[in-house]
Order: sequence, then C-alpha cells, then structure tokens
Amino acid sequence: MDDPHIRVLPALDVDNEFFWTSGKDGVLRFLRCADCDVLIHPPVPYCAQCGGRPEPAAVSGRGTLYSFTVNHQAWDGTTDPYVIGLVAIDEQPDVRLTTNIVECAIDDVRIGMPVEVVFADHDPIYLPFFRPVTP
Amino acid sequence: MSAFERRSVISGIGQSAIGRRLNRSGVDLTIEAAREAVADAGLTLADIDGLSTYPGGGGIGGSGFAGPGVVEMQDALRLELSWYSGSAEGAAQMQAVINAVMAIGAGLARHVLVYRTVTEATEQGSGGRRPISTGAGGAGGMVQWTLPFRAYSAANWLALYAQRHFHEFGTTREQLAQIALNARRNAEANPKAILREPMSMDDYFAARMITTPFCLFDCDLPADGSTALVVSVAEHARAVDHVAPVIEAVGTGFRGRPSWDQRADLTTMGAHDAAASMWERTDLTVADVDVAQLYDGFSFLALSWLEALGFCGHGEGGPFIDGGGRIARDGELPLNTAGGQLSGGRLHGFGFLHEACVQLRGEGGERQASKPVEVAAVGNGGGPVAGAMLLTRG
Repeated sequence: MDDPHIRVLPALDVDNEFFWTSGKDGVLRFLRCADCDVLIHPPVPYCAQCGGRPEPAAVSGRGTLYSFTVNHQAWDGTTDPYVIGLVAIDEQPDVRLTTNIVECAIDDVRIGMPVEVVFADHDPIYLPFFRPVTP
Repeated sequence: MSAFERRSVISGIGQSAIGRRLNRSGVDLTIEAAREAVADAGLTLADIDGLSTYPGGGGIGGSGFAGPGVVEMQDALRLELSWYSGSAEGAAQMQAVINAVMAIGAGLARHVLVYRTVTEATEQGSGGRRPISTGAGGAGGMVQWTLPFRAYSAANWLALYAQRHFHEFGTTREQLAQIALNARRNAEANPKAILREPMSMDDYFAARMITTPFCLFDCDLPADGSTALVVSVAEHARAVDHVAPVIEAVGTGFRGRPSWDQRADLTTMGAHDAAASMWERTDLTVADVDVAQLYDGFSFLALSWLEALGFCGHGEGGPFIDGGGRIARDGELPLNTAGGQLSGGRLHGFGFLHEACVQLRGEGGERQASKPVEVAAVGNGGGPVAGAMLLTRG
C-alpha cells in the first residue's frame, strides 16, 4: 500500500535487513531456529532456547491485537489521530510487533481482534502494518 | 547475606531551583544542588572523593535530558576523586545512587556526590513535549521497532501497557486520575513544585488527549532542575545534625525481556522484577512501608509500581487508588508527597529519592505525611527500565 506519511525508517543492518525488506513479495518473515522451530524477534543470529542457528522463515501474516493506543499528539506535525497497535503473531503469540492498525475506523479497534499484515511500501523497506481480517 | 547497602547512609540532600525555562545551564543548576547537599552532609567539597550521575556524558536522549557528565562536574568543582561513574544502563536513574553505595561498600570512596540534572524545559522551549530523537540515517537499536510506526514517545509505548491493564482488569481513567489528582494536592503543599493550582476530576477529563488512555495530566512535566545526594560511609551518620537515611535494600533485578514490547505480560513491567529483587534483600515487608515515592513519568507507572511492590495484588491497582484517600498524605500509604513528576516537574527519578529522605527526616512541613515515617519505598523507571530502593530512618 502507499503511505502518505513521512516516517522515520529503520536503519538496515546485517541482522535486520531481511525483516524490513521482506514485504516486497507481500510475505512477513521472522527468524526461525532451524533446530527447534522457535521464532526469534527482534532478529539476532542465535537461538537462546537451543543454541541453534536461525534462518528467515515465512509466517501467515495473521495475528491478534494485544493492545493499542489512539495517538492524538502531533509529534510529527500531523494532527489526525492514528492507531498504534501491538500485534501478537498467530504462529507464536509471544512474538509481537508494534505497528499501525489501518483500514479500520478508530472506534472499531478492539483488543483481541484478528488482524492481517499489509505492507507500506517505502522501497526497499516495507513496513508491516495490520488491518482487520475480513471474514 | 552481605548487606553492602547498610554500609552507607544518605548524609546530605540538595536541590536547585526547579522550574520551567530557568535559562540556566545544567552545570550551574548542578553546582547549586551539590553545594546544598554537601553542606547538608556537614562536609566541604574537599571531602568529596566520589562522583556519580545518571546518564553521564555523551549527550544521549535529546534536548536537555542528560545534564552534565562526571567529567564536567569534577572539573567545575575541582574535585579530587577516588572513584567516579556515569552510566545510563542499569537500574533506572537510581543506579547512580546504587553505584555510589557499592563503591562505598567496596571501600573505594567515603563520600560520594550523586546528582541528576535536567534542563528539558529550557531546551525544549515552547515547542511542547518532544518525541524521542534519532540520528540521521534511520532508526537503529530498540527504537527501530517503534519509530517507523509513529510511536515516537514513551507515552505511546506505555499507553499500550495501560490499555492492556484496562482491558484485563477493568481499570478506568477515573482511577488513573487519582494518581494525577493526588500529585497535584501534594504539589500545592510544596513550594518548589511547578504546577500548584488546584485540579479537579473535571479538569482532568477536560484535558486534551495525548495517546489513549493518557491525557495531558497523565504525562509528567518537562522541567529544569538538579537534585543531589551525598552518600557517605555509615559512621558519618553520627556527624550530621539530622536523620541520615539508611539504604535498607536495593532492587536491581531484571528478569523479563528488556524490551518495550516483548515482555511476556505487559500488565507488568521491569518494576516487578526490580521490586522482587529488592524484597529478596531485606527482612522488612511491604506492610512496614510508611510512604511510597513511585515514578510517575506517566500516571500509570505509579499504579504499576504499587502492584509491583505488592501494596496491592496484580491488577488491583485501580481499586487500590480509587477515591484517592488511601494514597493521600493522611492515608495509609502517602504517595508522591512532593507532587511527583506530574505536578512537581520531571526531575527524572531523583525527585523521589530526595522526597523519601525529606519524609524520613520529618522535614516535609505542610506536605509531611500525617503518620510517622520510618520506612520509605522508592521506584524509578517505567517499561523495561526499573530500579527500586527501600530506605529507613536507620
């Protein structure tokens, strides 16, 4: 999706580049341990659970809204309220992403709602936003 | 248990002028606070052989946040030091005090001057509260996970904790307001507090929203000011003409993930780990605490600290503060008796340490707790930043 906002973008480095560029093909990826399958986020090249070596792996892009806040403060000069959400990833809910909830009226945002990823195109960076899952 | 803590006392306290846009340098404010603290400790600057601050030099955190580093203050005061430290990684702002206590316990120093100075009001001018700043070239480290989503401020990051708490436990804005209203009532009795006009529940609800559920009065107030403490070897307590509070126990633990958004249960914070580790270091219990000075960078943090320290059960913070009577100066647990950072001004953790000493010394004047104060609990920090301390009259 196009994104009208000028954003502070992440600085790519050897550990995080796969994550921030993953959305180019519309797929969300996390590091997953090749030995024990646990997802590791934020990305570090080590599995603290088994000592294994993780590799980027695709996930469904589905999640559940764990918490959210409607921001009103004009931190960046824009005054329209927007929703900052915290999404628990379906495959492993202890992995969460701070994100924006989009394509949803602010008054309809609820903790516990099912959401799915939609990427904001800041090529080469693709920011994972989430929108309500439409039945 | 080797209680290194009890080899030290807080022999002196000092505080500069506090205000909005004082247009004085951080060094200037620190000198004022330091001289007051050193004199209060019955010492001269020549006696000071240790220096400690948070966060130290390097200019982290943006406008007016850091204050002068140890090098600047050592040189300004021409101190001859046996030990010094300035560091941002540790048990929140009070790590600077804990480092001093450890240095004394280890025999590296006898009288450590500890300070925390902010000039955020002057530096931020009329532009209002600033977001967390990032350098050119994009966001790295922890903030790469928040800033791209316009979650610019700890207000946003901690609103997510508060909203989850509201969701799980039914906590309400009316309850949260009691933290702010209590702070304001106490600020009215503190001549150095910045916001001293009476505030009603209606005023609270009329304030503009910052980031739900936090309105303006849930957020602390950038200030200019410096707080200084002198931490001395315990035997120096006999040489001062006032109570020299003893550090009964420090809470430095961090057991969950040190992250703003990956902690397993966001209805708890690092505070819960710091508090747990503090209670492991003392025979006192929460029932022994007479006053609490708990970090209120956002109102919700003080509520969370109340739960973390065990004044009430997990999720029971809302009912605990409901109505505000329990946390008032004449209540069972007087809270943030100087007005906290919400109304007193954002002295960034050290205001609570200073006020704990004032209350233990019985020098609060109009704002002194009604009950006798033998034990004070202090919490610093929010989210993944936390340090706890238990102080006694000794």
